[in-house]
Amino acid sequence: MTAETGLVALWLAAALALAQLVLGALALKPGADAARAAPTVRAVATVQGALALVAMAALIAAFLASDMSVALVAANSHSMKPWLYKFAGAWGNHEGSMLLWVTILGLAGAAVARLEHRLRADTLVATLAAQATIALGFYAFLLFASNPFARLDPAPADGAGLNPLLQDPGLAFHPPTLYAGYVGLSVAFSFAVGALVTRDVGTGFARAMRPWVLGAWIFLTLGITAGSYWAYYELGWGGWWFWDPVENASLMPWLAATALLHSVSVLATRDGLRAWTVMLAVVAFSMSMIGTFLVRSGILTSVHAFAVDPRRGAFILALLVIYIGGALLLFGLRIGTVRQGKLFEAVSREGALVANNLLLTVILGIVLIGTFYPIVAAAMGVQLSVGPPFFDSTAGPVALLLVAVLAAGPVMRWRRDEAGEVAQRLFPAIAATLFAGVGAFVLGGPIAPLPLLGIALGVGLAVASVAPLAKRDLRRAPLQLWGMVVAHLGVAVALIGMAASTAYTQERLVAVGTGDPARVAGFTVRLEGVRPLVGDNWTALEGRLAVTLDDAPVAVLRPQVRYFTTPVTTTNESAILTRWDGQLYAVLGTLGEDGRWQLRLWWKPMVTLIWFGGFLIALGGALALVGHQWRLWRQRRRADDLAEATAWGAA
Amino acid sequence: MSAGETATGAGPRRARWLLWLPLCAFGLVLAVVLWGLWRPADRTVYSAMVGKPLPEFTLPAIAPGKPGVSSADFRRGTPRLLNVFASWCVPCVAEAPQLLTLRAAGVPIDAVAIKDTPADVAAFLQRHGDPYASVGSDPHSRLQLALGSSGVPETFVVDGQGVIRLQHVGDIRADDVPALLRALAEARSPR
Amino acid sequence: MRRAVASLALLLAAPAVAQTALPPLAYTQLRDPEQERRARALMETLRCLVCQGQSIADSDADMAGEMRALVRQRVAAGETPRQVRDWLIARYGDYVSYDPPVSRATLPLWLAPLVLLALGVLVARGSFRRRGR
Repeated sequence: MTAETGLVALWLAAALALAQLVLGALALKPGADAARAAPTVRAVATVQGALALVAMAALIAAFLASDMSVALVAANSHSMKPWLYKFAGAWGNHEGSMLLWVTILGLAGAAVARLEHRLRADTLVATLAAQATIALGFYAFLLFASNPFARLDPAPADGAGLNPLLQDPGLAFHPPTLYAGYVGLSVAFSFAVGALVTRDVGTGFARAMRPWVLGAWIFLTLGITAGSYWAYYELGWGGWWFWDPVENASLMPWLAATALLHSVSVLATRDGLRAWTVMLAVVAFSMSMIGTFLVRSGILTSVHAFAVDPRRGAFILALLVIYIGGALLLFGLRIGTVRQGKLFEAVSREGALVANNLLLTVILGIVLIGTFYPIVAAAMGVQLSVGPPFFDSTAGPVALLLVAVLAAGPVMRWRRDEAGEVAQRLFPAIAATLFAGVGAFVLGGPIAPLPLLGIALGVGLAVASVAPLAKRDLRRAPLQLWGMVVAHLGVAVALIGMAASTAYTQERLVAVGTGDPARVAGFTVRLEGVRPLVGDNWTALEGRLAVTLDDAPVAVLRPQVRYFTTPVTTTNESAILTRWDGQLYAVLGTLGEDGRWQLRLWWKPMVTLIWFGGFLIALGGALALVGHQWRLWRQRRRADDLAEATAWGAA
Repeated sequence: MSAGETATGAGPRRARWLLWLPLCAFGLVLAVVLWGLWRPADRTVYSAMVGKPLPEFTLPAIAPGKPGVSSADFRRGTPRLLNVFASWCVPCVAEAPQLLTLRAAGVPIDAVAIKDTPADVAAFLQRHGDPYASVGSDPHSRLQLALGSSGVPETFVVDGQGVIRLQHVGDIRADDVPALLRALAEARSPR
Repeated sequence: MRRAVASLALLLAAPAVAQTALPPLAYTQLRDPEQERRARALMETLRCLVCQGQSIADSDADMAGEMRALVRQRVAAGETPRQVRDWLIARYGDYVSYDPPVSRATLPLWLAPLVLLALGVLVARGSFRRRGR
């Protein structure tokens, strides 16, 4: 029964999305009164979101109950699986993840319908109609091409199991995080389309859109950071970014969202960058769609690709054409008629933000072209690979340029500034950059230019990022300012971590017998023994490594090799010792014919800063979000108080 | 793109075409993606050695009563097949009957056993038939890498002068046999 | 996951395990740290041919191990990383290198970043007010 309830809820939600679209379109006809239609459209959007949630809940219930008569459960779950992975298994597959997508989309639509009261009624109705159009496409996709509730008759005795690699607490919540980000961008897209339709591109539109962009950006940041750490400890070779198509697919929306975030702030506070903001909102959502497409269609070889099917790819592509093609057409036709925003000079805060946006867009372009180029080359009859060397040598320098702009931007004045004065304000940061660069060169010896520049600019940016707080009463500094400072500091911290770990990692690959020492970066690692181990649905070999530093015991590391049976897979569980200045990373390899075990040991200095920086970036976003909403709430309360006082006065 | 903000003067005229740039870029990406989606997905890595002489090698024997293989064997004037196989590879079992057919048709076949042991090779040949004139041992895939081969089984058509004429990736199916025989016949005539 | 997907792919291609051990240099380093550094840098740019998009420097596939051993041996024998890379490209084509060599087919790829930067400058110039008014 549960599955049928879910299916009915899904159909009803799709019908309501259609109604929402039609009602919205009727209300926007010339002569119609959008303000009168708005309450109805709001109500429809709310119920649609609730129904999507019911469908998702039904699917989760089927997974928790291990109802093997549901085809999706049988194909992706197993009754012996731990509880958490039955739960997360609901979206660990194509159909379920699409349902989760549309559920978050529906809930976001409902939230816009309930909470947004500043936007003009016609713009709101147009936004909700755009949101319904997006949802409708995905409902159609689910109902006609990937029904998650299809039954099996007869039901199998047990399921096929979930890919063991997805059996990881971090990964269980990775897709929902990314989807929340993607959906946030879809809301920004809907706002942009709505504003284009009603020619209402202004500060009010930007203020309505900003929390959604910020929220989406926080989720995307967290998603990428967590995904990177997962790849780092799970893949067993100590790499944290591979420029793999699927990784790029998550990076591209983030780059666009970062640009959008800055541009929407300019529009909200200074009424500038109107066309840019609309453009970036469209680009950001299209990047999240292209990302979904890349993962689902399997047109590019990726280690992260699962359940690929070209037909599904074609469906997503069709949606992409309708939404993005339509929006870009609308943009080309309409944006010329939108009133111009405020003007500014090149050397100004706005100027720095424009440079920031352009550089982010250039990086986005490089990643996009590099990711898809193997297909272009194949069309020319050439088989080739585009990987880390290309991206590092092209996107790397542009990113460092961006860091320099990032350091300067926040200390610049709005509208116009003097280059000489800016340099003066940046003096401590410039001094720190030079100092760090020379210091790294003298102490660490010659390293590649890109990491060296990364360390120097990272330190410089760290100093520059706190400069906006200088000469301010810290307790009275608004939360948004703190948010910006923390996020920029996070970029500096992550950059230092990336550069330092790239430049100074020490590697030790050895074959050791029991009791033999292996040395890496001052640590002595001794293999004390290997023992078999049995887990929930796996067996393993676990090595016991005693780690000493200057003859003092530091820790015992227990790396594992795990063998799963449903389906048959081997995974490496690395063991990591985290110290303040880096991580010791150990992996147990195979047993040689001579009775010695392969060990892979790395000392990765400062590597934790990468993810700590990512966390700081997200935290900065959260502070800014809370800051903006807090100010809004206070403004509204003050307005209410005022209205109340007036009412009393009149009485 | 930032045309909305441009001031008077040269700005707006230049910006007009910039407004349509995103749509053009999107169209371009779309074209690429469509092509990628509808093209037959061929992920096979082919050797770049086709048309070039075999690399120099001498591999020791691994099968009982059979000599090892060396590149000199392929320069004696008659085209031969070089079969890259392993006893631990299942598709190699599947192609064994086709290799026997080729052998029966008079094609000389030499083999390289990848990462294998004499006992396993002997058992494999006993169970699945033995079409080989000679079998060399390549315990560390050295010849395989030198050939530009990326898996087992693979089969190379080598003409009488030691030049690789054709690479067949994967197991030889029954309907692949005529094409291989044709390639061998073509290899008989100089290029 | 990379590793497991790779082993899965390998399993499909060859559902049995190779009979001989990998050469020591697949999983051990060269004595000379400078040679090892050069070999390692090269390995990071070479594609594992049987994996789903990993370099041979971070793959547990047998073939990746053989290729690592080959790279280390050749570097230890005095070849430059470029020579080793060219040797592999002569056998597997450009596909084996993650660093696409400049050719007619890759020229647009390598020029794209410059074109994008130029376009960015053009757009930026359009959106600033001229100074001194």
